Amino acid sequence: MFDDRYTLAFKLYPYTRSADQDVDSAVRHPVVVVGGGPIGLATALDLGRQGIPVVVLDDHEGIGMGSRAICFAKRTLEIADRYGCGAPMRDKGVVWNLGKVFQDAEQVYEFNLLPEEGHRNPAFINLQQPYFEKFLFEQICAEQEKGAPIQIRGKNRVDAVDAQDDHVVLDVMTPDGPYQLEADWVIGCDGASSPLRNMLGLDFEGRVFQDSFLIADIKMKSTEFPTERWFWFEPYFKSGASTLLHKQPDDVWRVDFQIGWDVDRKEELKEENIRARLDAMLGEDVEYDIVWSSIYTFQCRRMENFRKGRVIFAGDAAHQVSPFGARGANSGMQDVDNLGWKLGLVLAGKAPESLIDSYNEERAYGADENILNSTRSTDFITPKSKISHTFRNAVLNLAKTQEFARPLVNSGRLSLPCTYDGLSLNGEDALTGGPSRTRVGSPCPDAPLSEGFLLDQMGDGFILLTIDTDAPDSFEDDGITVSRLALSASDDPTGVLSERYLGDAKSAVYLIRPDQHVTARWDRFDSDALRQALRTACGKG
Amino acid sequence: MGHLITKPNIETPDAFYSDLIKLHEGLTDDESEALNAKLILVLSNHIGDTKVLREAFELCKG
Repeated sequence: MFDDRYTLAFKLYPYTRSADQDVDSAVRHPVVVVGGGPIGLATALDLGRQGIPVVVLDDHEGIGMGSRAICFAKRTLEIADRYGCGAPMRDKGVVWNLGKVFQDAEQVYEFNLLPEEGHRNPAFINLQQPYFEKFLFEQICAEQEKGAPIQIRGKNRVDAVDAQDDHVVLDVMTPDGPYQLEADWVIGCDGASSPLRNMLGLDFEGRVFQDSFLIADIKMKSTEFPTERWFWFEPYFKSGASTLLHKQPDDVWRVDFQIGWDVDRKEELKEENIRARLDAMLGEDVEYDIVWSSIYTFQCRRMENFRKGRVIFAGDAAHQVSPFGARGANSGMQDVDNLGWKLGLVLAGKAPESLIDSYNEERAYGADENILNSTRSTDFITPKSKISHTFRNAVLNLAKTQEFARPLVNSGRLSLPCTYDGLSLNGEDALTGGPSRTRVGSPCPDAPLSEGFLLDQMGDGFILLTIDTDAPDSFEDDGITVSRLALSASDDPTGVLSERYLGDAKSAVYLIRPDQHVTARWDRFDSDALRQALRTACGKG
Repeated sequence: MGHLITKPNIETPDAFYSDLIKLHEGLTDDESEALNAKLILVLSNHIGDTKVLREAFELCKG
């Protein structure tokens, strides 16, 4: 009845019987999260830190094996910092800046990412997904100790769902048999093949790529490889139509071989066959252990609507992208960041339920941007027609000597959070001369202050950031408080804050949402303008 | 007169490349080849400067 679908890397929440299983009628919870992957755990963390009781149901007892989503972007680390678990991720993760692109036996070019200065976090880190999840879980434990009402129930599998207008009924299977649960809201974080989505018969349309990739995580025994990302198009060692090599923590290297569509999975996953590909690439004298291997195929698709009444989908359950460009788990974390405060306000009766629709509006917009970017990378890496292949190879050939061709080489772009341009929650953009990167809808870029960094100062609520101008220390409207973060030129020794938030303006007032997106900005404080922007940002029109 | 520009000169390279590949979608190899030929002629006319065009020819031959 409870066969594990995968091997665990960390067993963290073994099944224990819950009191909900010993009562006659189903117990109602404010929020039930289905799925204990990174997005489910982060959702529980976000809501639990707000004091909202949340129950996570996971059909396993911990975190699955395998490096899987290994690139965690700056925005994800910033969100993790808000939750209190960014530091262990940064400490464990590997940072790289130098990338090399090869075709056949020749280097096409190399690039240095030259990350922008003035951020607490690097552009991204490489970190095995199980570590990422473990750090989230450890933060949940720390929050539980402080009283956060989070429960994680291992070996609790949702077998049926009945979505009513104002609540959801879940049939849950456990090793002790079935029980029922009710929830005011259910968050589906059960991955790309989401059983919850299927049980509700919801669509998941998009494009399937007819290719598969063999992943091997290898631990080097004899050779020191540099901390660089190497990408081969049509490598001379013939181990795949493309091959990607990059470094993870613990001296483990991730190798991805593009092996085509029509493959015998069982045969390809035999150790001797994986070793044959690796040996051709690394040379016979390099010694390594294979830590983990897997074959994956991928799609670019999303649900038409991430919300179905009281059931909300997040992460891969709502949208799936190809892995090139690290927009899977990273976009799921932005879903969580976006949903958490909105659901918190609705549950507290401080915002109308319709605010949840803006989650779909904003994150579907983000998903479309991510799908566009990752599809472009995929089309470059795996050309679908002869002419597409000809153009691709012409770009690679020219890139060896011609600078202009290098921006066209697309082996995956940096994962960036989207700006919610022109969407419903946005207020006015009335800062004349204000920089484009902090326009209304943008995620706030970090900046160094005389002590620490800007984003560390923001906390979990609405913020009124004032630079070189006056405003009240706190502002309230309809039960929602906005706290002022007052900064001036003296807090900005590097000038970066001014460059990112003032531009040509002399002073600025930013209304910033709990997920650190700019929702309105002006050159000075005006209480009527602020009230209107706050109401708009909370779905009150 | 001018020289061939070999520094990056397209503002949104990914969007350009995607448009270029889409232009060929659904075409046979012969049709794609014919389209490419027309494209070269149209763009050459736009450039106009035969010195620049010769530089481009040399670059691609090499």
